Amino acid sequence: MDPKIAVQNVFFTYGDGTEALRNVSLDIAPFQIFVLFGPARAGKTTLLRLFNRLSDLIENTTVQGQVLVSGRDVFERSTDVIDLRRRIGMVFAVPTPLPGTIRENLTYGLRMAGVRSRDELERRVERSLTQAALWDEAKDRLSRPASALSGGQKQRLCIARSLALEPEVLILDNPTSGLDPLSTAMVEESLHDLKQRYTIIMVPHSVQQAARVATRAAFMLDGEIVEVGDADQIFGQPLVKQTEDYVTGRFG
Amino acid sequence: MKRQQTQKLAIAVITGAAALVVIPIVLVILYIVVQGIGALSWEFLTARPRNGMTEGGIMPAILGTLILTLGTAIVCLPLAIGAAIYLAEYAKDNRLTRWVRLAIVNLAGIPSIVYGLFGLGAFVLFLQFGTSILAGSLTLGIMTLPVVISTAEEAILSVPQEFRLVSQSLGATRWQTIRHQVLPHAMPGIITGIILGLSRAAGETAPILFTVAAFYLPSLPSSVSDQTMALPYHLYVITTQVPGMPLSVQYGTALVLLLLVLSLTLVATVIRTRMRRRRDW
Repeated sequence: MDPKIAVQNVFFTYGDGTEALRNVSLDIAPFQIFVLFGPARAGKTTLLRLFNRLSDLIENTTVQGQVLVSGRDVFERSTDVIDLRRRIGMVFAVPTPLPGTIRENLTYGLRMAGVRSRDELERRVERSLTQAALWDEAKDRLSRPASALSGGQKQRLCIARSLALEPEVLILDNPTSGLDPLSTAMVEESLHDLKQRYTIIMVPHSVQQAARVATRAAFMLDGEIVEVGDADQIFGQPLVKQTEDYVTGRFG
Repeated sequence: MKRQQTQKLAIAVITGAAALVVIPIVLVILYIVVQGIGALSWEFLTARPRNGMTEGGIMPAILGTLILTLGTAIVCLPLAIGAAIYLAEYAKDNRLTRWVRLAIVNLAGIPSIVYGLFGLGAFVLFLQFGTSILAGSLTLGIMTLPVVISTAEEAILSVPQEFRLVSQSLGATRWQTIRHQVLPHAMPGIITGIILGLSRAAGETAPILFTVAAFYLPSLPSSVSDQTMALPYHLYVITTQVPGMPLSVQYGTALVLLLLVLSLTLVATVIRTRMRRRRDW
């Protein structure tokens, strides 16, 4: 199967000269959970934000190489960035509901895309909340402020908010960093259901979480990919010493 | 022991300094209220001046100040808020934007009489608007720009970056993000800046001296090319230019001007707290 996302020899440098990515190449197949793990400052978030070109928001950066989504380079001049971001959902480490109600949060992306139909919006609200395993808890309070939800509920709302746009890819950048174990388990469980329909790329909270959710995994260190493989292999018999040290907790 | 004494002394001095700031303000306000309250009456607020301005009311001046404040808002706000959005959201750090920022800082430092002279040269004479509400509003509007730009930019910059990231990751354009997330969030701060700027404009004498203010007018202005009376200038006139002016009328006028400016500030505070409460997140 053709990869959903292909990264080819990507170098990325920030304005202050920090080389965040060095010659990164990766293939991410559709309908799986691909986990990017490694210590802080390994370049995980930087890499994730290339996929939907959120990296554009930072000034004075330079990119080399190609990032192909469904076979097309996102840095091509003809790329419609807005459309790209609708096709690639992103969930951030800190749950960030926008000001407003639960419903307003869920329909924000659709309304910005010009969807006016009430029926359509309501349908997407229910669908996305169901997919993010939040429907039962939220269905009676859609008109209440999103800020009233608990931390775990907020993060599932953020997942649902991305899903409401019916993207092809869902990116999660350490989505359970601030959550308690129970909420974390709920988020992880919903991810297992979601990979039937979406390609999921995730930066995990810990090696344990990486091993629990991953179909495939890549270990990153200092802006480079150290090792890529199926989850069983990476977390069972890593081939590279640095991966093994990290996975077994000898550093990091 | 010694350190603790120094500490106590420092706190005393600092607290004293803070308290001393309050005293002059309270004294000024009290003095004006005591001296001017006697002159306040329905007639004083709604009638025109009579008998060489020593009797009657100051309605034309109040109306004039309200008109000029509105005119200032119309001139200043679109420009100032546009500039603030540009500087906070779009401007890259380059030579042009550094010049723009330098210009704003310098505009803020120019004495108001210089704005008055500029208004006279540019609007009254060169553009031939004459001594008019139009010329006065333009002059006051330009004078108000830096205050509103700086406070609005500050308010926009204080909006957490996460909202911009989230909004754009959901496929909102940059402008949609500004329109639906950034501006509503920054609005209380922006409104504070607007009212601060406008209340300053409402109280200024020098910029309107040569551009719009009239000593005395028998009729109210009927278009933007008319002159108008205005409270600050009226106050200046009746305290320095009219012999035999009763003290109570002078202080009454000062009190009205003070109340007008203070009520603007009050309105700003109310709007701000209301909006803060409503934006629950």
